[in-house]
Amino acid sequence: MDDNFLSKLLDSHSYLTQRDSADHPAVNCPIERWVECATSLRDDLGFDLLVDVTCIDWFNESPRFSAVYHLLSSTSHQYVRVVVDIPDDENPSVPSVTDLWAAADWHEREAYDMFGVSFEGHPNLRRILMWDSYPWHPLRKEFPLAGHETELPDVEVSEETETPVIPAPMAGGPFVSSDHSGTMSKNEPRGADQSWSEEDVKR
Amino acid sequence: MSQSDKEIAYNSKVEGGVVTSRLDSVINWVRSNSIWPMPMGLACCGIELMAVGASRFDISRFGAEVMRFSPRQSDCMIVAGTVTYKMAPAVRRIYDQMAEPKWVIAMGACASSGGMYRSYATMQGVDRILPVDVYVSGCPPRPEALLDALIKLQKKIGTERSAKQLVSA
Repeated sequence: MDDNFLSKLLDSHSYLTQRDSADHPAVNCPIERWVECATSLRDDLGFDLLVDVTCIDWFNESPRFSAVYHLLSSTSHQYVRVVVDIPDDENPSVPSVTDLWAAADWHEREAYDMFGVSFEGHPNLRRILMWDSYPWHPLRKEFPLAGHETELPDVEVSEETETPVIPAPMAGGPFVSSDHSGTMSKNEPRGADQSWSEEDVKR
Repeated sequence: MSQSDKEIAYNSKVEGGVVTSRLDSVINWVRSNSIWPMPMGLACCGIELMAVGASRFDISRFGAEVMRFSPRQSDCMIVAGTVTYKMAPAVRRIYDQMAEPKWVIAMGACASSGGMYRSYATMQGVDRILPVDVYVSGCPPRPEALLDALIKLQKKIGTERSAKQLVSA
């Protein structure tokens, strides 16, 4: 670990800007120089391990989406977080880094599945968690936790069982721990709506 | 009276070797003591299901040790774990391939009701696509709870009108 890593990185890559971080060094990278930056990080600075790729949905702001990359150097044991703001709010897309790190393949598919951010140049950009015909991107802010009604992935089974994908009954949830007095069993997180319960309505 | 008539009325040689019963009872006795489960292990309940099959809890004491990974050879699907909407059609198709008569045990909170997974991705109880015979509470249930469910299923099978169903089928 190099204490001066961040200042050296900012000096050698003038297009990067520092980013607030509670743990590892973090930088912002403009989208048009992201592939150049990633190549340099891998080849010049030894960041040979791509730990995670995810996105942030800032919702009512613009740019709405940011792609977040966590990198680790297995030689210097240095972490770095690179955040790329995506200018297009309607059809967000960012260059793929599957050519640089094979690990990016599934991570980018997951980010595409959950946020609808497409990764240009990805060899196989399909959904990885939800089924192919699923119409929404569940981790976008406007998507309710309970979900929307839609068809089951298998239409035959859906017709035979007459069972669509229905929004989950949230019962006033997500689970909340409201009252912090009394016994632990009274305080354990639960849905706010307890009208289904045989006991009295809890706070 | 001829010799053969006497043998129909009473034959001391087979005394104690013949039991009279109802056909339903015989069929149900055979079925309930040789349930071949289809292990549908989808989450952590699957680990408890494995424990039930292992020596400490030993499901073979109840005649259900023959876990069949082929649905065509099994009688009872044990849905052990969280049923996601992506997995649900596969579960239903495997159930459809099982030969009649067949039963379903929903093992654990997730298979019974969706459990703690109140979200867009989780089916809120496998009974929305399968006819469940026994629900097991717990997250995950203890192996004893699954054995209890198996015994309850055996009792349920014991009340079925099997002979009539065989004729009508």
